Amino acid sequence: MTLRDFVNKLLGRQPASAATAKQRLQLVLAHDRSDLNPELLEQMRREILEVVSRYVEIDLEEGDVSLETEDRVTALVANLPIKRAKAVVNPAEADGEAADPVWTASRA
Amino acid sequence: MSDRPVARYILICSGKGGVGKTTLTANLGIALAKQGQRTAVLDADFGLRNLDLLLGLENRIVYTAQEVLAGSCRLEQALVKHKQEPNLALLPAGNPRMLEWLKPDDMKRIAAMLGESFDIVLIDCPAGIEDGFKNAVAAAQEAIVITTPEVSAVRDADRVIGLLNTEGIKPIQLVLNRVRPKMMANQEMLAVDDVTDILALPLLGLVLEDEQVIVSTNRGEPLTLNGSNSPAAQAYTNVAKRLCGEEVPLIDPAKARKGLRAKLGRLMQTKIF
Repeated sequence: MTLRDFVNKLLGRQPASAATAKQRLQLVLAHDRSDLNPELLEQMRREILEVVSRYVEIDLEEGDVSLETEDRVTALVANLPIKRAKAVVNPAEADGEAADPVWTASRA
Repeated sequence: MSDRPVARYILICSGKGGVGKTTLTANLGIALAKQGQRTAVLDADFGLRNLDLLLGLENRIVYTAQEVLAGSCRLEQALVKHKQEPNLALLPAGNPRMLEWLKPDDMKRIAAMLGESFDIVLIDCPAGIEDGFKNAVAAAQEAIVITTPEVSAVRDADRVIGLLNTEGIKPIQLVLNRVRPKMMANQEMLAVDDVTDILALPLLGLVLEDEQVIVSTNRGEPLTLNGSNSPAAQAYTNVAKRLCGEEVPLIDPAKARKGLRAKLGRLMQTKIF
């Protein structure tokens, strides 16, 4: 935070717009560069969460899958807080509809 | 075979319209010519040509790229030589109807013809990323992307850079136009570093917002022509020098402002936590 931001906050003014412009640009460019529309990204996010949650229990509220971009390289960044290491799942069944995953370990 | 070095084919593009492509082409053309480079400016914006107007050559056009391509005139007949700066010549854009049949190979052919008698060929690219852009890219080897510190211009520049990379254009350098030091100091305009970080391009030039640009376009006399010492004129001249390998330091927008307000502005940018 700069001195200006602080003064703005103190006076209840809107923060300076350059930072907002930068954030918005980075987000929109990550999408432009990957050629993924928000709908596809959302679908990918759901599927990633689905796969990951077969192995570990994750916090779906906090979970975040997004595109980030730096130096013209776009990366898919997933931040998925793990509630507890779940259970496994027989690798052979991991793919299918393992109806009753066998709980082998759980961590409080 | 001639013993002179091969010509450089430099595309000037932006994606978004109205950010200063043609103004840069005109000023850079003059500045390069003044430095002794035999320079040709090729107006590749066949739809909305304006380079002739900014150079003040609109009344001297007889033939255009169209007649040259059709073989109905020689290149020398179509070239419009600048009276004050004989190292500079313009090849005017043809009729907008040419767009119906013009192909990337045609542009390549025209540029190659210019390359035989010039050191530098500057190609003024149309806005957008459609056929006109693709034709212009075909004629280029390197590129200057010009943008302003605004979200829409930077976004479009990014698209263009992606396409230039795919076409193997190298190097690609950035000119940041219409910089307003006061707004930047107030953090109400994207900072220079923000733009270069986002686009990941080396900065070739930084042009401050300058009313003299409008005055010069009114007259059809680019700022670099008459040794004006306005901020934009200096910036364009410096771009030309850097293009030719000379090391000229970039101006610092924060230092372009003087006085108590500027000092206060700098103080306000101090990071407190």
